[in-house]
Amino acid sequence: MPQLLLELFSEEIPARMQAGAARDLERMAREHLAKAGLEAELVSFGGPRRLTLVAEGLPRSTPDREEELKGPRTSAPEQALEGFLRKTGLSKAQLTERDGTWFATLTTPGRATADIVAEMVPAIMTSFPWPKSMRSGTTAFRWVRPLKRILCLFDGRVVPFEAGGIASGDLTEGHRFMGGDHAPFAVRDFASYRAALRDHSVLLDAAERRRLILDGARIACAAEGLELVEDEGLLDEVSGLAEWPVPILGRMDPAFLDLPAEVIRTSMRTHQKYFAVRDPKAGGLAPRFVVVANIEPKDGGAVIAAGNAKVLSARLNDARFFWDQDRAPGSFEKWLDKLKGVTFHAKLGTMAERVARIEALAREIAPLVGADPELAGIAARYCKADLASGMVGEFPELQGVMGGYYMRLLSPSRGGEALGEPMTGLSQAEKAGEGVSAPRGSEDTGGASPDLRFDGVANTPNPDPSPLEGEGRGVIADAIRDHYKPVGPSDSVPTAPVTVAVALADKIDTLVGFFAIDEKPTGSKDPYALRRSALGVIRTVLSSQLRLPLTSRFEFAAMVLEDPRFPAGLDGMMLSRGSLKELVPFFADRLKVLLRDEGKRHDLVDAVFALGDDDLVRVVRRVEALTDFLATEDGSNLLAGYKRATNILKAEEKKNPAEAELYRLTEQLGALTTPEEEKLAAALRVEVGAVDEALEAEDFTRAMHHLAHLRAPVDAFFETVLVNAPDPEVRMTRLRLLTQVRDTANRVADFSLISG
Amino acid sequence: MTAGKPTSFQGLILTLQSYWAAQGCLILQPYDVEVGAGTLHPATVLRALGPKPWRAAYVQPSRRPGDGRYGENPNRLQHYYQFQVILKPNPADMQDLYLGSLAAIGLDPTVHDIRFVEDDWENPTVGAWGLGWEVWCDGMEVSQYTYFQQVGGLDVEVVAGELTYGLERLAMYVFDVDNVYDLPFNDPQSPAHKSYGDVFLENERENSAANFEGYDVDMLKRQFEDMEREVPRLLAQHGPQGQPLVLPAYDRVLKASHLFNLMDARGAIAVAERQSYIGRIRDLCKACAALWVDIERSAA
Repeated sequence: MPQLLLELFSEEIPARMQAGAARDLERMAREHLAKAGLEAELVSFGGPRRLTLVAEGLPRSTPDREEELKGPRTSAPEQALEGFLRKTGLSKAQLTERDGTWFATLTTPGRATADIVAEMVPAIMTSFPWPKSMRSGTTAFRWVRPLKRILCLFDGRVVPFEAGGIASGDLTEGHRFMGGDHAPFAVRDFASYRAALRDHSVLLDAAERRRLILDGARIACAAEGLELVEDEGLLDEVSGLAEWPVPILGRMDPAFLDLPAEVIRTSMRTHQKYFAVRDPKAGGLAPRFVVVANIEPKDGGAVIAAGNAKVLSARLNDARFFWDQDRAPGSFEKWLDKLKGVTFHAKLGTMAERVARIEALAREIAPLVGADPELAGIAARYCKADLASGMVGEFPELQGVMGGYYMRLLSPSRGGEALGEPMTGLSQAEKAGEGVSAPRGSEDTGGASPDLRFDGVANTPNPDPSPLEGEGRGVIADAIRDHYKPVGPSDSVPTAPVTVAVALADKIDTLVGFFAIDEKPTGSKDPYALRRSALGVIRTVLSSQLRLPLTSRFEFAAMVLEDPRFPAGLDGMMLSRGSLKELVPFFADRLKVLLRDEGKRHDLVDAVFALGDDDLVRVVRRVEALTDFLATEDGSNLLAGYKRATNILKAEEKKNPAEAELYRLTEQLGALTTPEEEKLAAALRVEVGAVDEALEAEDFTRAMHHLAHLRAPVDAFFETVLVNAPDPEVRMTRLRLLTQVRDTANRVADFSLISG
Repeated sequence: MTAGKPTSFQGLILTLQSYWAAQGCLILQPYDVEVGAGTLHPATVLRALGPKPWRAAYVQPSRRPGDGRYGENPNRLQHYYQFQVILKPNPADMQDLYLGSLAAIGLDPTVHDIRFVEDDWENPTVGAWGLGWEVWCDGMEVSQYTYFQQVGGLDVEVVAGELTYGLERLAMYVFDVDNVYDLPFNDPQSPAHKSYGDVFLENERENSAANFEGYDVDMLKRQFEDMEREVPRLLAQHGPQGQPLVLPAYDRVLKASHLFNLMDARGAIAVAERQSYIGRIRDLCKACAALWVDIERSAA
């Protein structure tokens, strides 16, 4: 079968767009071919200067198509027949007659596949969904960067067309620099194309480039007894930056290794696209890096390695500048002050106001998660300070990490305010002038600059040792570092109590704030990553098994948001309390997604959430117990009995709505006229209490176990007893028994929401 | 034409000038108003607009008050040179022409690793953006390469290709010098040889101090507002052929932009004010750009 080969050759395509563009090309070609009635096996490639598509299994042309058109009846007037002949372009002799009606058979000849391709490619190119595209010179055609050539061969021949001012042909180009002759060359088909590209130092397949980089880099590191610090995202990117990738191991000045490893790695990665190298013996980073070049250099790479090392030194010098500057005394105060000028959201105030809210929340949450409220409050106050630091300004992805380092190395001063009473903490800090000039402990006469130590003791009524001395500082630094966690589904969740308090406070303030101003996620839009925040809260709560009812947390957060005494106090009028009610269901949805990903049935999650419980740990335990229970024979039979009972009750309630209330008077059972009723009533007398007791103790497995005891009497009841007895009193008694069965089960979960 | 690989900072400039002159460029001289980037020279910003072809190359001192380091940082300067090339419309072989200029200054692409790395250029103060790359040589950004799509808030009629070479950085690489102040400014064999530091170190020291501590913020603010008022006033007046006074008005925009940079370096611009200042300058620039296009079209 003939083969289609298409290459769109351009100036350098951004690495991040190549894979998506190759997929788009394939998808659009498939759609266009399908519209023309063609199917093919498609493969596409994206690289630094070319998008390539190969289609196998296309016919040379589409088949002829026959279509029968019904005409006028033979008895119709002459004009009708003439009209039909004009319309079909046939003569009367070409028509056939059947059952007194004229029919015309029209043949649409098949089209040459090459013609279809000649229309398809320009159509795809003019509507190609590049994330960003541009015009070039005087043409109106848009492409990601200027387009240079179009190679289009079908069945070994050029498919002639023009697109973007360029005529198609059979020529392509090899590597920009490698090889002696950079003249374009002709190819016949995909095999010769791929081979010729390789001869001209171009690896077509990104997967092959990727493999080559990874293997080469690992080998280069291993040769010196070192290990590559692998990085998938970076590997993808550099695979798109070279047509002939050559990993080269470079050396950096070991003096830079005193910078935090995160800083070195981030600088290497974001600025220079280098891989870091680890020293497995010494632990930590080695003074090496791997750069992926686009050429096999004539000199073996010495010039490239040296040049890159020099650039890295300049970059790390910059990083060192920020590192030194950020560690100057008084930095934390300066940063907190700067946060007053940084808007978090027009309706939610400044970052400083947000920090004050997080602090209040962290103090409130701390006792519930086993954390010291004092430490949690201080950690919260400083958790966003590094956003104003030089290093995080340069490398935003180091937020938290730098704050953690700086907290370990540097003491915030003016501790009197820092240890202030939570609700007014920051407003005192704003009057910093007073705090500084207030008389300080006269024993503090050592020459140390007041900025160098956390002298919170001075203004506290009871001179406790500063929380920033001893272990407290490490705990606070860890909390600052880790409070953004979990950042993604694969990130770990915080477990240290103070970190947990700050992490939850941070996320709950975000969630409550944005819900309060009606900025809720809709469909695929979640600009403030609220789903991620909610999932973070859920994972953190479950991981540490925290008993933390959500509603009261949200209410407290909303109160803080509105409190006029609070520096963050926002205009209550702006807040929509109503949409806060949507937060618990929003969490329920997130939890459902999480549990479903773990293989739990979402109807069971619904059944438990319907109870209105907002204690995530309890909800999950219930779901787990319910899952186990329904897997047993007792469980599934009881569910069947429950469904039967509720169906009967529903039907009766519908018939006599006025009567429904009477079913609920279960204490007033009338005469039990059958042994089955007696047995069921006896079982209910015992088990209802037992179920309640187990629920009270949150022993859901035991609760279900007692529920299971109802199964046999319920089954027996349905087997022998007719609910709708002629005697109204007997009937009412039986309906009350069923009501009791239903209500008992519903205390465990809303069984009506369970399917099956 | 200078023969062979240049041996000094000025030799590098002369080589680039000769190379681009041979490609049909006008070789212009630096603009005499302070600018933060060579792009802001009217030979680029204004000539990128309108339908007329244009090829020019020039050196432009760029002033970035906030980047000053009192002459103490080997890589950072508050006053440095850019070499600017604008080719309108961008020719089909522009990348090859550019690589030819690197070869002319001695960067052999079979030894050095030359890369075109995505970098979409944007200058919000002049309402301009384009797509292109940073050009890397062995991991160092040696040029910015941009196809202008919008300037002064207007879509361009004809796309211009713009090249910006950071001259000091490029020279440090070509001459293998680690400290910018050690660059040979003229030929080391010259009887009056001077290093870059001989020429500019004092300038960096004094201007860093003035930028960060010296200037009177109130004066800067007042002058900014004066310039802001002057732009629409000039644009409303007419020259001998009845044209609005766009070029003088644009000079005031450049002044305002530089005054803003000075205020910023003095720490006088609050985070919340920043966007509003940038917006004010952009509005002034847009007003100039729109009237400039009218003039260019009517003369075309």
